[in-house]
This record gives sequence, C-alpha cells and structure tokens, in this order.
Amino acid sequence: MLKWRKNTLKFGIFLLISSCVLESSNSLVEGLESTRAYDYTKYHPMDEIYKWMEDVEQGNPELVSSAVYGHTYEGRKITLLKFGLKNPEGREKKVIWMDCGIHAREWIAPAFCQWFVKEIVNSYKTNTKLEQMLQNLDVYVTPVINVDGYNYTWVNSSTRLWRKSRSDPPPNSTCYGVDLNRNFNANWGTVGVSFDSCSNTYCGNSAGSEPEARAVMDIVGKMHEQILCFLTIHSAGQLILLPYGHPEISAPNYDELVAVGKAAAAEMKKVHGMDYTVGTSPQILYANSGSSRDWARLIGIPFSYTFELRDKGEFSHLLPEEQIQPACEEAFAGALSIITYVHDKAFNSGTLPNAAGVAITIWSTIIAVSLSTGVLV
Amino acid sequence: MATGELNPNHYPARRAAQVVQHYLNTRYGSPYRLFHVERVYSGNAEDVGDSGRKYQLEISVQETASNATEKCSADIFFPRGEQHSPEVQASCVELLKNDTKVQEEALYQQYKMNQTLLTAHHLPDSHGNMEPDMKPFWHLGIVASSFVMLGESTENTLYNMAQVANVTQLPTENDQLKFDYHILLHDMVSQEIIHWKLLFTWSPAEGVHMLKMDQLPHCHDCDKPPNTN
Repeated sequence: MLKWRKNTLKFGIFLLISSCVLESSNSLVEGLESTRAYDYTKYHPMDEIYKWMEDVEQGNPELVSSAVYGHTYEGRKITLLKFGLKNPEGREKKVIWMDCGIHAREWIAPAFCQWFVKEIVNSYKTNTKLEQMLQNLDVYVTPVINVDGYNYTWVNSSTRLWRKSRSDPPPNSTCYGVDLNRNFNANWGTVGVSFDSCSNTYCGNSAGSEPEARAVMDIVGKMHEQILCFLTIHSAGQLILLPYGHPEISAPNYDELVAVGKAAAAEMKKVHGMDYTVGTSPQILYANSGSSRDWARLIGIPFSYTFELRDKGEFSHLLPEEQIQPACEEAFAGALSIITYVHDKAFNSGTLPNAAGVAITIWSTIIAVSLSTGVLV
Repeated sequence: MATGELNPNHYPARRAAQVVQHYLNTRYGSPYRLFHVERVYSGNAEDVGDSGRKYQLEISVQETASNATEKCSADIFFPRGEQHSPEVQASCVELLKNDTKVQEEALYQQYKMNQTLLTAHHLPDSHGNMEPDMKPFWHLGIVASSFVMLGESTENTLYNMAQVANVTQLPTENDQLKFDYHILLHDMVSQEIIHWKLLFTWSPAEGVHMLKMDQLPHCHDCDKPPNTN
C-alpha cells in the first residue's frame, strides 16, 4: 500500500513537472510565434506595444529582460527591453542606449524601436558579429518614453499631432504638457525654448521637472560610465544630429562624432538612396537646449546622436505605413553602423576613423559574416 | 544671421530654399503637379541696407509625380518691417516637363458635373493613408497652402502642410471649382501646428485663385483630455 502511494506520488510529481515544462515551452513558442505574427509594418497603440514587449521577453529569455524604470505623469509605466548574452570571459559589459518616442506624434520612431528589436531577435543566432557584440554589450531599448503623449495621439484625429507630455497646466494656464526634449538638465532653458506653457517647445518649470525626463536621467545616470553610445530616435527631417544644441558649445570629440555620423549616413543611403544630413542642431536645424542628446554627452557618454527619420516634409509626422519598412531598414543600417563602431573601438584596437575607414570596417564585417554563414550579400 | 557664402547643408539656405518651393507651387502647382526642394547646391546672403536681407541660391527641385528634377537659380528677399512677405524670383531650367492637362481636365469635368459636392477629411489620416481618389485634393490643398506658407515665411520659419483637416466643395462659380479647406501647417522651427481656413477656386485654365485666407486661433480648449485611462 505504501509502495503504491509512493509510486503514485512520484508519478504525480512527474506529471506536474511535465505539464509545467510543456506549459512554459508552449508559452515560449507562443511568445516566439506572437512576435513573428506581430506586424512591424503597421503603427501600434500603446497597449499592443506593452503586450508585444512581454511577448518578446517571454519568447527570448536567454537574450531579453525588461525593466520598468519610471512612471509617466499620468502614472503609466516607462519600460525598456534589455538585450545581451553572457560574456564567455566574464568581462564587464558595456552599454548601448536607444530610446524612441520622446515626442508623441513622431510615430515612426517607436515603430523603428520595435523594428530594431525584431532585427536583433531574428538574427543574433545566425549573425556572428551581432552575437559577439551582444556578448560584450547590453543594448537597452525603450520603445516609447512619452507614453502619455503617444497614447493621446491615438485618441482621435484631432489629437494625432500632439508633441509634448500630458502634464497638467501650470497655474494661470489651460495648456497641457512639456516638451520633454527641452526638459533635460543640459543648458536648460537657454536657447530654442519657450517659457509659455502653451508652446510646443515649453521646457517645463525647471530642468528635470518632468517624470519622464527624470526617469531617463536616473537610469542612464547610474550606468553612464558603461554607456558607449546614446541614440535617441525622432522624426522628421532626415538628419543625424550631434551635440550640442547651443551654437557656441562644441563637444571635445566633434570631429569623431561627425566622421561616425557621416559613415552612418552613408550606410543609410545605400539602403534606399535617402539622404541624411549630419551636423549639430544649430548648424542644420535650429539651436536648442535641454535635449536628452546634449545631456548624455555632457555627463560623459562619448557618442550621442539624435536620429530624425523620414521624411523631409511631404508627410512629415504622418508618414504612411507603407514607408515604415524602408524607413526602418535604413535607420537600422545607420544605428548598427554607429553601434558597431563604438563596440569595435571599445573591444578591438580602436583607431580614429575617417568615414571611409569606418565603412570599410563595416563592409568587411558584412562580407566576413556572409562568407561564414553562406548567405549571399 | 549668416552672411556671405552659405553652407548649403545648413539651415539658413535650407529655409530660404523652402520659400522658393512655396513660390513655385503657387505659380505652377496643380492637383497633379507639385514641387519640392531636392538639394541646395550653393547660396549667398547679404543685408540690403536696412530694408531686409537677400538670398541667392542654386537649388534643384523635384516634381513629385514624375520625379523629374530641375535646376533653379533663385533670389529671395526677406523684407524688414511691416510688410513681411518674402519676394521671390526664380528661373528654372524647364519646369513644366510633364503634361498634366489631360488629368486636370478629367478631374475638373468630373467635379464640375458631380451631383453631390465633395467633402473629405483628414488627408492623410493618422496612419499616413488616403484614398487614391483623394490624392489630387491633397495636392490641391498643398498648392493653396503654399500661398499662405509663402506669405508667412521668414528666415525663422520652415513650413510644410501637415494635413488637410477638411475639404468642402462649394457650388461651381464662373466655371471655377470652388473649395473651402481647413488645413494644418507645421513650422519646423517653432514645432507649432497652425490652422488656416482657405477659400479658393481652381480650374485647369486658371489655376488656383485664393479668395480668403484666415488663420484660426490656437485651440486651447481642445487640449482638455477626454478620459484616456
């Protein structure tokens, strides 16, 4: 009788364990399938993006983890996905930071962050260079920083072109929101801003007054010594902006920033022939202060860029869905170019590049990968 | 302000070039023909005494439908003082390469004869999409908007039409199609969205004639959030 009970118990435990394994592998498969089923060529509302982040994490636990690192004004989670593989030598990992959607109406930016994630997930097992980089780097991706603003642009057609956060109006005003990309603690409130809360470049009532900006400054600030590169994604204009937004302040590594930016623009042009202009904001766009890009450079992150994606004014922020794929493909080439450069500089023998040198390095990497994987380039 | 030879990639030349784009669209634009600046090759800016500033540019413009590219030399004068509309003179190699007469005539006849007057809104929609039939009216909105954008441009603006919020066709008058448009302009420099109401006529023979252009006030009450939780 006792033996029978023991065996039943053993069998019961066996069944329990098996069903657990089956369930988790089912959800793994489900996770993978749902990320494969996710349409990266359509714009997605915030609830779908949250769900997608869960699926990506569940579907790729060896590569992906997530973190909530702040809350928006209206209490929504600001979430990132962290991509990385174990370093075989146990070396300290460096970090790449990418964020999208500081400005609510720039829908192609969150679309690009999602596309970027898809590319990493789908190719890291077969792309040796990418695998190597993920062993040395942790890539932090925030698909939407300004969740409240992005959410608001989905309410109806009249809210679609909202830019700022959704903070309450200050006293004596009826106007909502702060331009989060003028709120960072980088020469805050000096140039290219408005102190009128009704303005689309309202910088807030003090540097870092906004929870969304503060969340980024807190998490990036804590790990800034490990961060090789800070990429913040916007639209539109087809520009690659380097620090600083103030016309009289130059980054100490200005020449290198330009060279790496121009190499990225060259890679982007190869994809679909689109031109991306490289320069500081006061040169090619307008002077501004309080941007996340400037703040990142100021605290010592050596490479910091704002990407302004498609287009150049035909549709501006209302970029048609049929352009999501080509816009993301070229943006990916540009981002990867910069990430590869900063990785190789940190982990191989880094030499000061000219644009051609960087392009040759990247091209030979692609050839090497294609030869080793037998894929025709 | 930048004076002397201009860097063609920098914003002063780019903003002045955009004014040329607006000018060309007011003169030559149609539901089937639109121009946009493709490239700035070179530029020069100088003060003209106290009266304003003059830019000279070498640019190329591209016609949107045909992708044909034309080179243009343009002078843009930004006056100082009360009269703030810039003055443009442009000579382009060959602007009217593609023949749009047939399409324009077909559109004109279709909507002249239509029993029901056209109404449409949100061109493009939030996802950047629009019905193919509506594209000519989106283009027409850009042409009409160009009159506003030309008039409002300064060295500190960079305008594009962001969206046609609403188009209402009115009864045909003197053989001209007549339209009431509510359009949204985007100024890249201030990042503001500015609403305008435009009343104008169009026909293939006469082109666009503006009857009324009214800026609508920034709607602060529109910012009251519906329940988004």
